[in-house]
Amino acid sequence: MMPLAQIAQISFSDKLETPSVDWAGLSPLLVMAATPLFFLTIWSLASPWLPKRTPSIVAALAGIGTIVAAAIQWAQLDGDGTTTLANAFGIDGFSLLLTMLIAVAVTLTSIFAWDYLEREDINSAEFFVLLMLSASGGIVMTGANDLIVLFLGLEVLSIAVYILAAAHLRRFESQEAGIKYFVLGAFASAFLLYGIALVYGATGSTNLGIIRDASAPGVLEDVGLLYGGMALLLVGFGFKIAAVPFHAWTPDVYHGAPSPVVSFMASAVKVGGFAALLRVFWATFGSLADDWAPMIFVLACLSMVLGTVVGIVQDNVKRMLAYSSISHAGFILVGAEAATDTGLSAALYYLTAYTFIAIGSFAIISVASPRGDDATTIADYRGLASRKPALAFGFTVLLLAQAGIPFTTGFLAKFKVIGAAVETESYVLGVIAMLAAVVGAFLYLRIMLAMYTGDDADDAVTGREPIPWSAALTIGITVAFTLVFGIFADPIIDLVNDASAPVLQAAGS
Amino acid sequence: MSTFTATALLAVEAGASKPSFPLLTVLVVLPVIGAALVALAPSVRPDSAKLIAVVTSFMTAALGVYMLWQFKTPAAETAVSGTFQFESQQTWIESLGISWFAGIDGISLWLVVLTVLLFPLAILAVDPEHSPKPYFAWLLVLETGCLGVFVSLDLFMFFVFFEIVLVPMYFLIAQWGHGNRQYAAMKFFIYTMLGSALMLVGMLSLAFLHKNATGGDLTFNLVEIAEAQAIGTNAARWIFLTFAVAFAVKVPIFPLHTWLPDAHTEAPTAGSVILAGVMLKLGTYGFLRFGLYLFPEASHWAGPVFLTLGVIGIVYGAIVATMQKDLKRLVAYSSVAHLGFIVLGTFSITREGVTGSILQMVNHGVSTGALFLLVGWIYERRHTRLISELGGLQKSAPVMAGFFTLVMLSSIGLPGLNGFVGEFLILVGAFVAHRWWAVVAVSGVILAALYLLWAYQRVFHGPAEGENATMPDLKVREIAILVPFVIAIVFMGIYPKPVIDRMQPAVNALVAHVDEHVDDFETPRNQGRQGVGWTEAVEQYESRYDGADTKSSEDGE
Repeated sequence: MMPLAQIAQISFSDKLETPSVDWAGLSPLLVMAATPLFFLTIWSLASPWLPKRTPSIVAALAGIGTIVAAAIQWAQLDGDGTTTLANAFGIDGFSLLLTMLIAVAVTLTSIFAWDYLEREDINSAEFFVLLMLSASGGIVMTGANDLIVLFLGLEVLSIAVYILAAAHLRRFESQEAGIKYFVLGAFASAFLLYGIALVYGATGSTNLGIIRDASAPGVLEDVGLLYGGMALLLVGFGFKIAAVPFHAWTPDVYHGAPSPVVSFMASAVKVGGFAALLRVFWATFGSLADDWAPMIFVLACLSMVLGTVVGIVQDNVKRMLAYSSISHAGFILVGAEAATDTGLSAALYYLTAYTFIAIGSFAIISVASPRGDDATTIADYRGLASRKPALAFGFTVLLLAQAGIPFTTGFLAKFKVIGAAVETESYVLGVIAMLAAVVGAFLYLRIMLAMYTGDDADDAVTGREPIPWSAALTIGITVAFTLVFGIFADPIIDLVNDASAPVLQAAGS
Repeated sequence: MSTFTATALLAVEAGASKPSFPLLTVLVVLPVIGAALVALAPSVRPDSAKLIAVVTSFMTAALGVYMLWQFKTPAAETAVSGTFQFESQQTWIESLGISWFAGIDGISLWLVVLTVLLFPLAILAVDPEHSPKPYFAWLLVLETGCLGVFVSLDLFMFFVFFEIVLVPMYFLIAQWGHGNRQYAAMKFFIYTMLGSALMLVGMLSLAFLHKNATGGDLTFNLVEIAEAQAIGTNAARWIFLTFAVAFAVKVPIFPLHTWLPDAHTEAPTAGSVILAGVMLKLGTYGFLRFGLYLFPEASHWAGPVFLTLGVIGIVYGAIVATMQKDLKRLVAYSSVAHLGFIVLGTFSITREGVTGSILQMVNHGVSTGALFLLVGWIYERRHTRLISELGGLQKSAPVMAGFFTLVMLSSIGLPGLNGFVGEFLILVGAFVAHRWWAVVAVSGVILAALYLLWAYQRVFHGPAEGENATMPDLKVREIAILVPFVIAIVFMGIYPKPVIDRMQPAVNALVAHVDEHVDDFETPRNQGRQGVGWTEAVEQYESRYDGADTKSSEDGE
């Protein structure tokens, strides 16, 4: 790689000054972005001679490779971090932690996705290629130090997921999910782009460092344009993280899309959205926190309350978890609302915990369902514990974690975000959050009741087929993570605290 | 601040001289290890689950008794609040200032002993109708949760145990309960979680306010926060209310009690025994340790409200119990009345009242636990709990009738049995501090006699017809399980001194702690023992009592 860069520098050095590229710093992104491209080429030529499971293994390895690369970069991080590509891309603890989370989502999803695709008879290498491409878009979002780069990342992430959502060819709901997600997603992108334009108009730059300096108190004479841009940006991010009132797509898409895709959407796409939101609002507009925090406050309250209240009256487990993911977005926003270091670390911890919980939950749904990826109503889950005790136990742990029961990472996540709210004396938000958590508990208990106390009817189709080892592996990892780090909490909390705030550098500095 | 430093030093010295064996940690963790073994045990032999559960719970009980034996009663008059025994402290989550901090004093000692003794009996007493493995595993997890609550000296640790007990109990009710068990389990879980949800916000507020007020690091150490009393009065009152709601739901205090009859009635027998015997005490214990001790001023401020609610609970619980058609529901409502007494004693904030309420926690655990066992065995035999369908049982089951009589009399508070001692002390304490509340509360004693005797009459007297005439009597195993209850009932009725002596120093220290931090706190001792309220009996009791204290401390030296 290095010679190429040198050649480029040498030959154009007189006429055009190209930015220096920190190839090593970009290695996590490169692994995730280059693997699918190389693999697609190799697969199209050599697929008859390769084992059928290869795409799944390659995607899992790409995820692991990204994690390793990010860990190495983190270990070698110079101070808080740096930017590269002419200050377009930041390499800091924040981006590396979230990169790792996205890579975890790729790894865990692709481990169990193969058996799912085979069961549904829609197996193809493209599924995994799109998964990796989407993840590389997410990684771009985690590090973007420029609104245009951010937008590129978001589009790469989204377009791949639009296709994945519609990947189940024979399910009408899957097609509907794809179309719905695409149309609404395009709207959201338009809002985001318009927001970027307004911010550019107000500050004269798309570079986050310059925008941060420009939005410092007293720099801009007229902040109206900037505020308009901020509001539109929030709409765009709100859509990606599925915060109320930009959540309308979530239940339908989560219900219709293939379960492994949902597990990726609930984890990696949310991480990408929150990475962008935190980088732009927490880090860039940090000095304007008094102005945007009320907006986030409203989004957080609406998401937590509506997500749980509407969630408990659903009778489909996938839709319930879709609403619960909306309420979790609200909880993470509680951390963002605090606009403090504690708040950032709480939001990051919540994202970490929820990534594992969401993947595990949707992995369980995907293996519990029979062929056709259907039969996900509460009634279908009746008596699951007597048919598949281990599966039901795993689901119970993950549901209790979502409810915020102690000795799980889910509890610590709620503990940390509410601590962040209370520290800034947002007692009202803390109380609303905890009340929402109690209402939410009702949602998870309903599923547990169905699993444990329902009659084991002979015609129940859910949880009849044997669980493939791949899914068992994913579920085992997520459940173990949730329990072990829920009790021995220090490693993950330290990791999250080490993830420094996003580093923004003004271009030209 | 100076007291605080002194206490901290004391605590350190006491900790240093103790053997390094982390007794309490082992005590808490042992049952959950047993639960894991039960879950992993091969299913080929169904008995193995019960065997492991019995062995583990007996090992825990043995450890608990060893702890009781090793417990050193400090001199009653010199005891300071914030001193604990068997302390073990480990950093848990460093960046949040959370530690695994366990320790006991005279207040928690007896609750721990009650818990470790009640669980093996409950495990032995009744076999589940189906799936024994998860049943015993959940029971053991429950034991860990309850013990964890009683030994916690860290707010975070307390909260996680306080909350985790919901999960095993939820499953016990939902899977092995009777009738409308799904509804009951759900109601139990949501109700109690609602209470503790607010407590979490209060707890975090407390920790952050304490940190800001002292300028130190974030900490959840109960002793440190309680001894410093650094946060403002107004904030403390608000935060106390969030804690109080959590405890009030758990106790339960009228009008937050509606989950209790459902949960008690639908729970399996062992679940009811533990629920009444141990889990209700989590709330009343919370009021002592995380109410009076942590928020002395706020507890004193809110005292009249809780005294009133306690008295309402006593009368209301008794009246509603009288009306019940279901025997188990009757016992459940009797708990509401009994716990009203405990609340009354706690918020009287007198030595007698607090001592009585701790004693009554233990008494209620023993008596009501035994009552639930007996009702459970009646249900096992007759498959009904409706009083109208039972009758004349003393002809077919004389031994059961005998045990029922004794346990019932203890629950009524007959002198010579344990219930009397607790209720008497509570009423004395309440009378001295808040006369009219005690006057109304006394009616509860009479009402208790009414509903229990009436129920006994209908169930055991009269002609025995149909299945009632042929109901088998208690088996030897069941008698053997009841014997420890009877011993406790009689022993604590005639000779409560060893029990009271061990809790007295801690209670004295607690009341002194409240006195120290409340400006207008008037202990009855300061009020001048005159007027209508001060009877000679109280005075005599007091003098005898003080004598006993000094004597016991001399013995202890």
